[in-house]
Amino acid sequence: MTKSPSGPEDDLDGAQPIPPWLKWAPRLALALLVGAGLFTFQLAGGASYLREDPSACMNCHIMRDQYAAWQKGPHAAVATCNGCHTGDGFVAHYATKAVNGFAHSFAFTTGRFREPLQIHDFNRRIAEANCRRCHAALADVVDGFAAHGEAGACLRCHADVGH
Amino acid sequence: MSAVDRKSSKARRFAVSILVVALLGTALVVALAVDIERKRSEGRQTSVALARLEGDLDDPAVWGRAYPLEYQGYLGTVDHERTRFGGSDALPRTPTEADPRTSVAASKLEADPRLIRMWAGYGFAIDHREERGHAYMLDDQTFTGRQQKPQPGACLQCHASIVSANRALGGDDADEAAGAARLAAMSFAEARTHVDHAIGCIDCHDPETLRLRVTRPAFIEGLARLEAARGRPDYDVNTMASRGEMRSFVCAQCHSEYHFEAAGPDGSASRLVHPWDGGLRADEMLAQYDAKGFRDWVHAATGAPMLKAQHPEFELWSEGIHARAGVACVDCHMPYQRVGGTKITDHHVRSPLLDTGRACQVCHPIDAAEIVARAEAIQARTIAMQDTAMNRLMDLIDDIARATRADGGETERVIAARRAQRRASFLIDFVASENSAGFHAPQEAARVLVVALDEIIAGTRVLGSAPGASTSTRITTSNAPQ
Repeated sequence: MTKSPSGPEDDLDGAQPIPPWLKWAPRLALALLVGAGLFTFQLAGGASYLREDPSACMNCHIMRDQYAAWQKGPHAAVATCNGCHTGDGFVAHYATKAVNGFAHSFAFTTGRFREPLQIHDFNRRIAEANCRRCHAALADVVDGFAAHGEAGACLRCHADVGH
Repeated sequence: MSAVDRKSSKARRFAVSILVVALLGTALVVALAVDIERKRSEGRQTSVALARLEGDLDDPAVWGRAYPLEYQGYLGTVDHERTRFGGSDALPRTPTEADPRTSVAASKLEADPRLIRMWAGYGFAIDHREERGHAYMLDDQTFTGRQQKPQPGACLQCHASIVSANRALGGDDADEAAGAARLAAMSFAEARTHVDHAIGCIDCHDPETLRLRVTRPAFIEGLARLEAARGRPDYDVNTMASRGEMRSFVCAQCHSEYHFEAAGPDGSASRLVHPWDGGLRADEMLAQYDAKGFRDWVHAATGAPMLKAQHPEFELWSEGIHARAGVACVDCHMPYQRVGGTKITDHHVRSPLLDTGRACQVCHPIDAAEIVARAEAIQARTIAMQDTAMNRLMDLIDDIARATRADGGETERVIAARRAQRRASFLIDFVASENSAGFHAPQEAARVLVVALDEIIAGTRVLGSAPGASTSTRITTSNAPQ
């Protein structure tokens, strides 16, 4: 290690050269963070959330009941969890996963969530849009009968159709 | 300060920030990994005993060492919480040597003085209070004002943790029914020396397997008679009931109608019996009492041979829509609770209206305020009907007292009217003493009150006065129906 050229003046106004440990310690800490992050990502089955297999939603046992009910329900043959609960299109699809992934992990980790679980407007709108994506013809007919302002509520009557 | 210096101190701050942030981040990520692994292992198990169950099994704290989560909930029964129509805030009282309680529940007699007239001559006219948590059951029974009249040891079958006392007094083979009979024959004070705890784990759980079990001999016998009458002989609740049924029966063994049957040569009241031979409905039980010629006491104002209904939650629930749908007491009063990754039964037994999320919304996915409003509407209507019937009963009591004076004794019409009073009073009491204000079976509660009114009309007619002719004061304790 060479001495800093500005040596004596540093002492006068309090500015020190960066000590060697401040050069390697942050790098080591960053490496630790990345390592721990990768380990936790692997432990949590992080990669499974990027794929489409519904069993990923079961990583967290809180979804057991929904998963079991979905398997026995009419939609099991035609739609997965993501089919109804993520937005349509590449960006919307992964954006939904990111938003819900963070929110749900945060809630479950901190234990700050209400039971029984209730769907929020953000996710209700996504699910509703997906009902209409597949059942467009039927939805159009039903909307034709609905009074003004009442459209957009497949789930009001069919709340348990998915699970 | 030179430009070089500024650059150097900036770089230092940057390096320190990176270090701190990276270390904190690592700590958080590791904590997350630990949490994930912990919840995952919790999720794999449905029941965990942290310690071997050994020692004094009458003491819930001993069970608490093995099952701390359930025990923690159980301890919650010391809470005073009220709903609109039930329960009570803790009313502070100055402890005395005779009664060391530092708090009591609100007096029902002060809230509705008609009860004093209804039960005139009986212990309940001296002291009767709102319900509060299980934790208080033994003290509240030990120190109630009703103790001014001699109380039998049989009370303790349900006001204490009784399993060990029944066994200890049951002879060599620890026959619980024999022990219960022996306790019932004692005075309350003597029997009290055989018990130490309010209801505990052992009253509902088998310590070996943790399975639910019924421990009250009177309930085992009563249910066997009920099932026999339904064409199912030799019924044994502990071996033949399903787990779902047991989730109601363990509560029903105490939350049900009973009477103390005279036993022994001196005719002392000593056997605890549920009147279920003819069915669980209020009028079916009434028919049982009539057939036996049983009475709890003689009415002080009219001389009528009276009956007292006592917390018939099991009977009323049995007639309701929840029972019909297979929903057990425990489903609503001790709903499932998530603790970390584990799901347990909440052992803080209480009104579902205090925990609508877990108790109601699991099946009724509607707004919590709407759920409470619906329940309270049912309760307000029941109370309003009960008020009407109670006012008419007060009139009948006045009319009988007046007719007795006019006739100068027990004439035929007085005896017939007393019978109407006895029957109407029991039926109104059935609804009033039931701890859901009609919610457990709203239409059945209404039907029972209509039968009560029918009795009152019959009694009034036989006395020769029209219903409503009396001028006694009307008291209304509830809001008008919604």
